Amino acid sequence: MDLFFTYLQFTYEDLLTQTGEHALAVGISLALGTIVALTLGCLVYQREGSAKVAIGITGTILTIPSFALFGLLIPLLGLGWPPTIVALTLYAVFPILRNTVTGLRGVDTAIVDSAQGMGLSRRQRLFRIELPLAAPVIIAGIRVSALILIGIAAIAAGVGGPGLGEGFFSGLARIGSATALYLVLGALLAVMVLALLFDIGFLVLKRFVTSKGIRN
Amino acid sequence: MIRLENLTKTFKGQKDPAVEDLTMEIPEGEICVLVGPSGCGKTTTMRMINRLIEPDSGKIFLEDEDVTSVDSDQLRQRIGYVIQQIGLFPHMTIEDNIATVPRLLGWDKKKTSDRTDELLEMVGMDPSDYRPRYPKELSGGQKQRIGVVRAMAADPSVMLMDEPFGAIDPITRSRLQNEFLRLQADIKKTIVFVTHDIEEAIKMGDRIAILRERSRIAQYDKPENILLAPADEFVANFVGSGASLKRLSLAKLSDIELIDWPTADLDTDPDKVREILQRSDRGWVLLLDDNRRPQRWVSSDDLEDDDEDLSRTGLRADSIAHPDTTLSAALADMLTSDKSSVIIVDESGAYEGVADLETITNATKAMRVEARADNGHDRDGTAETGTEESEESGGRLKKDDS
Repeated sequence: MDLFFTYLQFTYEDLLTQTGEHALAVGISLALGTIVALTLGCLVYQREGSAKVAIGITGTILTIPSFALFGLLIPLLGLGWPPTIVALTLYAVFPILRNTVTGLRGVDTAIVDSAQGMGLSRRQRLFRIELPLAAPVIIAGIRVSALILIGIAAIAAGVGGPGLGEGFFSGLARIGSATALYLVLGALLAVMVLALLFDIGFLVLKRFVTSKGIRN
Repeated sequence: MIRLENLTKTFKGQKDPAVEDLTMEIPEGEICVLVGPSGCGKTTTMRMINRLIEPDSGKIFLEDEDVTSVDSDQLRQRIGYVIQQIGLFPHMTIEDNIATVPRLLGWDKKKTSDRTDELLEMVGMDPSDYRPRYPKELSGGQKQRIGVVRAMAADPSVMLMDEPFGAIDPITRSRLQNEFLRLQADIKKTIVFVTHDIEEAIKMGDRIAILRERSRIAQYDKPENILLAPADEFVANFVGSGASLKRLSLAKLSDIELIDWPTADLDTDPDKVREILQRSDRGWVLLLDDNRRPQRWVSSDDLEDDDEDLSRTGLRADSIAHPDTTLSAALADMLTSDKSSVIIVDESGAYEGVADLETITNATKAMRVEARADNGHDRDGTAETGTEESEESGGRLKKDDS
C-alpha cells in the first residue's frame, strides 16, 4: 500500500490532468445530451406513438457496446475528442429523455387544465408550469446519465480519446509489471472520486431547481 | 352576457354527440347553474364557452361579440376559470398564483400587487401572511378560496366554475358557498356554474338549466319555478322528493303576504281590548309597546279579571323574525313556539305582521299555481287552487314579486 501512495506522489499530476479531461468530456457530452433529450422529450411527450419511437431508438443506442460504438465513429470522425464526445452524447440521451417524458406526463392534469383555462399558451404552460414541476424527475435522469458516462468515458482512451481510460488501458497492456496494478488502481480511485463529485453536484442542482412548494 | 347558439360537439370515436344543438342565453350578472346526471354534457358545455373544447358547429357570444374563432388563449384570459381540483400551481407562491393572469395581461407591478392584496382581504386571508406561502401550506378550504380569487384576479366579467366546491367537506362547503354568494352580490359577474348536486344548484343559482343527455335543456328557469313546476317527469325525478321543502328554504317571509293581526297598545283599557277581540275572530290580540315592538299575546280568557295588568297577562310574544328569514326557518320557529306563529318585525323591531302554519302552506300552494301559470304547464286543471282560503289568513304571494 505504501508503494501505491509513493507511486501516486510521482504520478498525481498526470492523474489530475486525466481526471480533468475525463470530467470535461463527460460534462460537455452531458450538456449536449440534455439539450437533445429535453428538446426531444418536449416534442414527443404528448404523443404516445412518437414517444415510444424516440425512447425505443435512444434505448437501443444504449445497448450498443461502447467499444463498438467508438470504433464505428472512427471512420467518420477520426480519433481523439470528436468520436468521444459524439458517442457519450448518444449514450446520455436515453435516461434523460425517458425521465423527461415521465416527468412531464406526471404533472397533475388539473394543474395543466387550470393553466390552459387561465389563458397560458402552449409554450407558457410548458416553460412556466410543466417543466418546473417535472424538474426533479428530469434532474434524476441527468444524474443517471452522468454516472453512466463517467464509466463509459474510460473506454474513450481506446480511440485515443481523453480521460482516465489511459490508466486502465496501459495498465492492462503491461500486466505483470510492477506499476500495472497501481496504474489501474489510480485511475479507478479517480473515477470513483469523480462520480462522487458529480453526485454531490446533482444534489445541489436538484435543490436549486426544485421549488420550495414541491419539496418534501 | 353569454349566448350560445346551436352548439354541437361530437368527440372522436363516439357515435352520439356530447352536446347537441344547444342554444341558451345567460343574462348579465347572474349565476346560471348547469345541472344534470353525470355524462349529460354539462362540463363539455361549460368548457366550450372558453373553448377548452372547440365546438364542431355553432357560435359563442360574449357581450354580443362573436368569440367562436378569436384567439383562444386571449379569450381565456378574459374568462375566470375554477375547477373542482382547483389546480393551484404548487411550485408558485400564493401571490404568484393569483398574479398569473394580471401578469399575462401585462399589468404593472404596483397594480398587480395591490389587486393581490385586495383579493386576499376579500376572502379574509391576511396578505402579509399568505402571499409568500405555497399551496401545500394551505387547508382545503383556503386553497379553494385562492382558486376562486385567482380566477377573479383580472376582474373578468364572466366566470366558469366546474363543481368548485365539490371536493370539500360539507361544513366548509356551505361556508364557502355563502361567502361566494356574498361576494357575488357585490361583484355581479356572469357565472356559469356546473354541478351534479341539485341542492347546490338551488342554493347558488339565479337560474338553473337542467340538462339531460347530449346537453339538451329539460328546463331552464328560476330555482323556485323548477321546484314548484317541473317541466316534465325527468326534471321532477331529478329534483327529487321534498321539492316543496326545498322551496321553503328559498323563499323568505318578505316574499309572502302576512296576516294583519289585531293589535293594541300595552296601556289600552282592557275593555277596549275586549272590544277588539270581539270584533275580530282571531281569539288573540297582540300587544305592542310605545315603539310598536311586540310584547304579549292576550286572549279573552286572560282578560276575565278586570284590573289585570296588561303587561303581565297572556303569553310572551317571543317568536319574532325578520322579513329576510327563510320560510323553512320560520316554520321551525313556529313549531317550537307556544302560539304556532311568528311575528315579523322590521329593522327597528317594530311590528309588521304575523305568519302562521296556514300562511306558509297557502303561500307554497300559491307559488305552485303561479309557477305553473308562468310556465303554461297547468296540467289539465289538477293544479290546486290555493288562493281561496288565503283571502283571510294571508299567505298569498305578494303581487309585485313575480
